[in-house]
Amino acid sequence: MIRMQNVSKNFGALEVLKDVSMQVDAGEVVVVIGPSGSGKSTLLRTINGLEAIRAGEITVDGIAVHADKKSLHLARQLTGMVFQQFNLFNHKTVLQNITMGPMRVQKKSRTEAENIARELLVKVGVPEKADVYPSKLSGGQQQRVAIARALAMHPKVMLFDEPTSALDPEMIAEVLDVMKNLAQEGMTMIVVTHEMGFAREVADRVVFMTEGAIVEEAVPADFFARPKNERTRQFLSKVLNH
Amino acid sequence: MHTLDFGILAEYWPSMMDGLAMTIRISVLSIIFGTVMGILGAFCRISGNIVIRSIGNVYVEWIRNTPLLIQILFIYFGLGVFFNLSSITASVLALSFFSGAYITEIIRAGIQSIHKGQHEAALSIGMTDFQAMFFIILPQAIKRILPPLAGQFITLIKDSSLVSVIAVTDLTYVAKNIVTTTFRAFEVWLAIAVFYFLLSFSLSLAVRKLEKRLAQSD
Repeated sequence: MIRMQNVSKNFGALEVLKDVSMQVDAGEVVVVIGPSGSGKSTLLRTINGLEAIRAGEITVDGIAVHADKKSLHLARQLTGMVFQQFNLFNHKTVLQNITMGPMRVQKKSRTEAENIARELLVKVGVPEKADVYPSKLSGGQQQRVAIARALAMHPKVMLFDEPTSALDPEMIAEVLDVMKNLAQEGMTMIVVTHEMGFAREVADRVVFMTEGAIVEEAVPADFFARPKNERTRQFLSKVLNH
Repeated sequence: MHTLDFGILAEYWPSMMDGLAMTIRISVLSIIFGTVMGILGAFCRISGNIVIRSIGNVYVEWIRNTPLLIQILFIYFGLGVFFNLSSITASVLALSFFSGAYITEIIRAGIQSIHKGQHEAALSIGMTDFQAMFFIILPQAIKRILPPLAGQFITLIKDSSLVSVIAVTDLTYVAKNIVTTTFRAFEVWLAIAVFYFLLSFSLSLAVRKLEKRLAQSD
């Protein structure tokens, strides 16, 4: 579903992605972890072209994301993205946030778009919030609406960029539950997160990044029990033993 | 002691009304063209193309760092050497270019004050840059643009009094004439100030109402 081949990226002199290659199959849930500044968010953002790349190739469902404007546009419609800061459209109600993509991009009718939106609001557990503005929602509710907004485009892949990092602790679970359900339904997902419990429970594969490179990847059981790389061991000892 | 005679105003009322009409006409035209200039200027200033961006920068800096009076004189007398501009056309041109530069900055700042996450979220659901700007960024920016924009319009109405120097028969010009013939400086200039006040103040009331209507999603 997603192929990254020898992808490199710089911010000025700083190399944020160094020759990264990765593949994600349809239905797979891949969790990316690593210290901050390791390039994991950047990696995710290159997949739907929010960040340009210097070298390499990324394909989503066979479409080369960075080839030209047209394929970038196509690829973005196949990938849903959930941001750390939710980024709901503040001037639109919850329902309008979700119908925006189907109506403006897929040119669906308002009725059809609203039906999709209401179904998704049930799915993420906030059907009663359809007509309120995002500023009236808790962080957890906003993030669940953001997930619904992304799902409304019927993406083949969902990208999650630290979806729970900006949430109060008691709201993390409600967002992770929605993500777990998505995973169980067979959605292809790449999740950048610090939630080790989620990684252990939901991931098919855990990828560890540091200094712009993937240094280890394994199924969660092996990854957490028998990390091979020294940097992975150091990182895990810091995040798990406290 | 000098006695005041406001009866003089009744006598010159028709010519003051003509002056008021001219001030309104020039102000409205300049507000419209100035806003168009401001929108064009703002998109130049945020353009990814360095040439276009530089044009926007030069425009804004040039206008903001020269006096409006000189701009009016330059356009009427200076450009008048090459083009046959009426004093009204020259006034509207000068006021439009002048306010356009400030409006450019107001619109640019409004657009850039919207968090870039809004733009990214719009792109991530498959919108084009144009759609993201039109449906997501501008509707949010407009709320922040409106108050300083109204201030700029009010400034423009008041600055329009400067065009009396090129013999446009606006409120100020008419007032000068009446004062020269009647010597009733106090009464006439006070009345003229009230006219400018009413124009500016009713505009700011209208904008305040609009702002309240736009504030519903906050």
